[in-house]
Amino acid sequence: MDLGLAGQFLLNGLVLGVIYAMVAVGFTLFFGVLDVIKFSHGDVVMAGGFTALAAFAVLRMLGLESGMMAALILAVAAMAAMAVLGTLVAKFLVLPLKGSPPLNTLLITLMFGLALREAVRLFYPGGSNPKPFPRLLPENAWTFGNFTLRLDSALLLLIGIGAILGVQVLVRRTRLGLAIRAVAQDAETATVMGIDLKRIVLLTFALGSALAALAGVANGLYYSEINFSMGLLLGVIGFSSAVVGGLGSVYGAIIGGALFAALQTIGAIWFSVPAYKDVFAFACIIALMAWKPTGLIAERPAERV
Amino acid sequence: MTRRAPAWPTVLAAAAGAATVTLFLRLEAQWEIALLALMVVAAALAATRLGLLGRFEASSAAHPRFALGATLAAALAVTALLHDSHFELLMLATVALYVTACLGLTLQLGYAGVVNFAGAAFFGIGAYTAAVLMTHSALPHLLVLALGGMLAGLIGSVLLLPMLRTRGHYAALITIAFGILFRTFLEVNDTLGGPQGLKVPGLEVGGFSFNAPVFLGAQREASFYLGYTLLALLLAAGTFVLVKRLERSWVGLSLDAVRSDETAAAAYGIDVARWKIMAFTAGNVLAGLAGALYATMAGFVAPASFTFGDSLLMLSIVLLGGSGNPLGVIPAAVLVVVLPEKLQVIQEYRLLLFALLVILILRFRPDGLLPRRMREYFPGWRQT
Repeated sequence: MDLGLAGQFLLNGLVLGVIYAMVAVGFTLFFGVLDVIKFSHGDVVMAGGFTALAAFAVLRMLGLESGMMAALILAVAAMAAMAVLGTLVAKFLVLPLKGSPPLNTLLITLMFGLALREAVRLFYPGGSNPKPFPRLLPENAWTFGNFTLRLDSALLLLIGIGAILGVQVLVRRTRLGLAIRAVAQDAETATVMGIDLKRIVLLTFALGSALAALAGVANGLYYSEINFSMGLLLGVIGFSSAVVGGLGSVYGAIIGGALFAALQTIGAIWFSVPAYKDVFAFACIIALMAWKPTGLIAERPAERV
Repeated sequence: MTRRAPAWPTVLAAAAGAATVTLFLRLEAQWEIALLALMVVAAALAATRLGLLGRFEASSAAHPRFALGATLAAALAVTALLHDSHFELLMLATVALYVTACLGLTLQLGYAGVVNFAGAAFFGIGAYTAAVLMTHSALPHLLVLALGGMLAGLIGSVLLLPMLRTRGHYAALITIAFGILFRTFLEVNDTLGGPQGLKVPGLEVGGFSFNAPVFLGAQREASFYLGYTLLALLLAAGTFVLVKRLERSWVGLSLDAVRSDETAAAAYGIDVARWKIMAFTAGNVLAGLAGALYATMAGFVAPASFTFGDSLLMLSIVLLGGSGNPLGVIPAAVLVVVLPEKLQVIQEYRLLLFALLVILILRFRPDGLLPRRMREYFPGWRQT
């Protein structure tokens, strides 16, 4: 394999890795504040993509159907809608189950994901078929030998990294982030100190879900296609990334996302049948868990987010 | 000391259950099915309010063997009533096999607290083993069924090391990853038929072919699913007895200790790893057995029947019934397997409605339909 082709694989893997990391950061945030896994997260990613598609239909009616501005509007619409959805899930499904076994929360959110998936399949016009996603980013490309740098891939990479860094700054540098970290460390003490636990949980779910929506839009723009069933696999990949990296750590989520994308890319190159890439990636994940049972960045009770 | 609870609530419950299941399977008109479903819900609510449900539980706990006999008799009565209808018997046998697999999950999750998100994958390992061995070898078919279970246990043992080293959500990831891996592997593997799957020949035991028509008397022909249904019921009943006996024994006590507090259990000299391995492997063997029989009955196996969604279905049966209560698995399996198949009107919407139903139950009755009680070593004995 020559250098150009290797670079191509690297770039594609990086874009995928950033999309996975955006999903994984959500898992990590929710686990941090409430010690729960919200498994409808993958389907929220999917729903974000479909919200963007619906917004695009509206834009087309208004005659604003091309360019970066449209992409921005789509992303904002999807993020706002999913932030609301995430808040509702937290309020009506996750918080009321706080005292019950963690498995119940896992199952109830899994079932909500299934409901969301089915709702899109049944009620979105033509939702049961793959839907083409508009190509809104500039399609300039530069070719160097076997390496093609597409501007849209580069933009997606930058946007994804920017979003994750934004979340990291929010968690590390703002008052809200301080409250989130306090709740993550010790919810009871945080409440005693005057932090409104419920408000922080709802805000965290809104934040994570908005990030998921951005991941959904990025995923749509990257593949130029979305379908109702993509959420399950994206959710499991995001969860794997978060767990392998170490639940509760944003850096862990980034490492995990990049690692999973790398495993998939290696699997696709290695096997003659590229479809084995997921088998290979998941087998590696299981092996990694045997080696590092609490993820690469081990969970430290004192510092979770 | 109080008097032993009477036996009649058990008889009543078994008879009512049999009548309901028969009606459910027999009825064709959609409004009748919907009406029956509503009536069952109303009856269940009334039974809970009037304390009948508690009486039934006390009664079946006081007479465990009698309760098992009554349940089996009810199941056989339903089978006899439906002996000539293919679809109904197929449904009944499917319920019995799901009960078997879910009892395996009960052993894992309900007793030992080992979460398994790949129940359908182990079910599928059994099914594919049966498909391959029955087509390509001359092994006796009963042995093939047993091998299906063994192989499920054996492949499951690959996951043991990561399962034992991790806990909580980290452990959940391992079986989730395995379930997805298994399905993807089947879909891309051409020797195992790819997405189309494989055909499975009918079961033959001691010269008796299960697929041949069965004649009862002169001209009454029974459905060829009759043999499979009886075998499936036998498997489910045997598994039920096994799981109940295990629960009552010191094995069950050790498993419960491992689930409730690993550290305390270890401090009392219980080998936590050993019991987790035992529960995980035994559960997978049961799922594999059920899967192998399912494959011969259905006549074909395909990856689409062993998805992550199916694993979730099994897990929902366990939680709906009441985690750790083998008795609860039965009504939950009937509900989850039969209702969507019969309500054709809602066919399109069945997964959506099913998801909403599980959400409602988890939200408002988190312990399941029949929550697990403390085990009673002396039936009817109460410290008052």
